[in-house]
Amino acid sequence: MLNYLWAFMIIIGIVYGAFTGNLNRVTDAALESASQAVTLCITMAGAMAFWVGMMRIAENAGLLQAAQRRLRPILAFLFPDIPKDHPANQAIAANCISNIFGLGWAATPAGLEAMKYLQTLNRQTPERASNSMCTFLVLNISSLQLIPVNIIAYRSQYGSVDPASILGMAVVATSVSTGAGILFSKIMCLTGRRKHG
Amino acid sequence: MDNPLVFFSKGLIPVILLIVILSGLTARRNLYEDFTEGAKDGIRTAVKILPTLAGLMIGVGILRASGFLDFLTDGLSFLTEKIGFPSQLVPMVVVKMFSSSAATGLLLDVYSQYGTDSRIGTTASLIMSSTETIFYTMSIYFMSVKIKKTRWTLAGALTASLAGVAASTWLGMAGG
Repeated sequence: MLNYLWAFMIIIGIVYGAFTGNLNRVTDAALESASQAVTLCITMAGAMAFWVGMMRIAENAGLLQAAQRRLRPILAFLFPDIPKDHPANQAIAANCISNIFGLGWAATPAGLEAMKYLQTLNRQTPERASNSMCTFLVLNISSLQLIPVNIIAYRSQYGSVDPASILGMAVVATSVSTGAGILFSKIMCLTGRRKHG
Repeated sequence: MDNPLVFFSKGLIPVILLIVILSGLTARRNLYEDFTEGAKDGIRTAVKILPTLAGLMIGVGILRASGFLDFLTDGLSFLTEKIGFPSQLVPMVVVKMFSSSAATGLLLDVYSQYGTDSRIGTTASLIMSSTETIFYTMSIYFMSVKIKKTRWTLAGALTASLAGVAASTWLGMAGG
């Protein structure tokens, strides 16, 4: 996916630049962007050191696990097809908590494990996604991240007066997208059930 | 007194830090060691994404310098004006469905063109915070268990993303 997207960006840029007489600026822009990426990476390294370090304390102190337990009743509502003590619950909770606290890359392994468990519970044919799988994916894609650490870091790098000022609005926007995702999933699960008896 | 959202924005991270530190102390952990361990992972992750970010920022930089991004946003503005969505953000929203890092390149371009704290900059920040890449996530997760029929996942993902973009635009374009 990225292959084509990236190649497309560069080819279009060069061809369009040639037609509009901006070709001389293309090389400059390429080199300048590359050095901007390095500067940005230094800022990001700082922000990530700070946030991941703090979250490691939370994890080792048992805070994240406690948050996962709090999530259980919500998961029971969202995934009624998963038995109460099934390990799928644990994997889904770990995935959601990582996402909520802005540890997106740590969320993927737990998410894939959750999919593996959901596949063993799948009552559709093995090639068709179950209701739980669809709900889980929609939930993930609706963005659960409550604290967008990366965006705050980018904003501070690019000269924002108050980089964290978006936090409150970001929580509202994320809740709206997640709420819409949950509503949609619930409607699909209910109508599907009626149709198939 | 600030309005509640601003107050929340200012207080959230400090409050989380306080809770984290206090819980580390009560759990009698060696918290400084825990912190440095995590920090090491954080720095490693940041360095690991540098090549990806550099590549995509070069791509966006070339597109911007060629004038193509301006051409695209001018061309789209008559469509987006009607629904009150800033045409400058259309490329970012579309790309975000496919690749998060490519969208980040475009987000940074928005920041340098229009400023982080402008209405457009704020809206862009919110959109990036409230949406996820659709096709990438779906392919990774479903491929891992060999699911081919994804049923209503895409429709649900698009609904959630659309709601996130709409809420972001409403919040971001109103304040700014």
